[in-house]
Amino acid sequence: MIAIRQLSKSFGSLEVLKGIDLIFDKPGCVTAVLGPNGSGKTTLIKALLGLVIPDGGIIEVDRQNVRGQWDYRARISYLPQAARFPENLTVRELIDFVKNIRRGQQSQEERFIRLFDLEPHLDKRLGNLSGGTRQKVNIALALMYDCPLWILDEPTNGLDPLAMVHFRELVQEARAQGKIVLITTHIMSLVEEIANEVVFLLEGKIHFQGTIQALKTQHNQQSVERAIASILSGGASFSANGHSAQVQQLALSM
Amino acid sequence: MFKIFQYTLFDLLRSRWTLGYLGFYLALTSALAFLSGDTSKVVISLMNVVLILCPLVASMLGAMYYYNSREFIELLLAQPLRRTHIFWGQYFGVALSLSLSVLLGVGIPLAAYGIWASGEIWNFFVLLLDGVLLSFIFSGLAFWIALRHENRIKGFGLAILAWLFFAVIYDGLVLLLLMEFRDYPLEAASICLALCNPIDLSRILILLKLDISALMGYTGAVFRQFLGSHWGMALSLGALLLWLTTPALMVRRIAQRKDF
Repeated sequence: MIAIRQLSKSFGSLEVLKGIDLIFDKPGCVTAVLGPNGSGKTTLIKALLGLVIPDGGIIEVDRQNVRGQWDYRARISYLPQAARFPENLTVRELIDFVKNIRRGQQSQEERFIRLFDLEPHLDKRLGNLSGGTRQKVNIALALMYDCPLWILDEPTNGLDPLAMVHFRELVQEARAQGKIVLITTHIMSLVEEIANEVVFLLEGKIHFQGTIQALKTQHNQQSVERAIASILSGGASFSANGHSAQVQQLALSM
Repeated sequence: MFKIFQYTLFDLLRSRWTLGYLGFYLALTSALAFLSGDTSKVVISLMNVVLILCPLVASMLGAMYYYNSREFIELLLAQPLRRTHIFWGQYFGVALSLSLSVLLGVGIPLAAYGIWASGEIWNFFVLLLDGVLLSFIFSGLAFWIALRHENRIKGFGLAILAWLFFAVIYDGLVLLLLMEFRDYPLEAASICLALCNPIDLSRILILLKLDISALMGYTGAVFRQFLGSHWGMALSLGALLLWLTTPALMVRRIAQRKDF
């Protein structure tokens, strides 16, 4: 269970998160954290993981305040957006490295090596792998532990269609197992397919939180993509003196 | 911390940079030892190379390694690890891989040449100690600078500027200062100024051991005159150890507060 209360964060004069309140406590719920570039979704996820230190507010994972803590991350599978690893290590060495860090936790790396066909690449240096293969290694590293909480930042970057299918199946499986999954993506069809709920961030505030169906119904649209576009263009309708151009820009950056 | 250190070291020991650096020392030391034939001169020649090259390579590689592993650090930070352990592990991995290049690159040819049987063995050890200390100090400074600056061009530039300052500019400034205030007693001031520069301290440390007055310069001579060779060496070594711990503590301080 994750509880976020009055979370705020600024980078210099730029206020990125403005008092966010969120609770993720439904087992088997996949929540898509959406928003245009600069809306604060990556900062929110990084604050959860302790990569970004909040200016104010509280983040609790399983009722433990995570500020200054590090051991709670053993209960989180995190898939970062960019898959860059030490170039001189081989895939096998990197997997062993992560296993060494998480010693004591049961890993299922063999399953992921088979699933993403990584066997031929195990003894290759990471610097020599293609972007897609690196992303598969990234997914294998993140998901090879049976953690109750998954945080996936742009997980489908560079994946081929077969790997995409496997990835979708993994998320469905996590849902069936009662894991809590948070995902950020710009692919709305993926959101529609795998997510139950949506949190839409705009300029550091929660603009919408609810089920996919509620999002569509509220904005009277057939798809998530159109509903999101409607939120963004709706923002323009009540803004004045050039702010509409800014909202239009946000819509374009989605 | 040991796991990160182990993997950083393993990663770097196979990098072309570290191997090239090792190869350079092997070639240079072999050439000097077998062509010169005088171990004392070899140690002095190597001292001049070590004092300039160790800080330069440590500054470059320290900053480069941090920036290249920036995304990987984010992955490590999401693991159940303490922040300090990640950065110290990486820093010690970089510093030790560079130190090993110096130790093996200088040590193997001189051991093959027969340094053990010569009277230069302790001078040789002080030379290696200088190389190791400078590798640790400057890679620590580079890590600290890189952690403070997200812009890699700026961070890399500042790390090189720090090297340039301590290796070249600082001596010029000290000389100007000594010239300007030559009518005043400057012994204590010159000792203090030397303590503020790890490259000067390393030079003084080895020259006090070699006991070569002609190469000591003003500060080295003051060290020997006022403290004697042994106390002078102890002071310079103590100051170098302080230089060693300061960047490591600064890295820890920044690592605990930094947003990634």
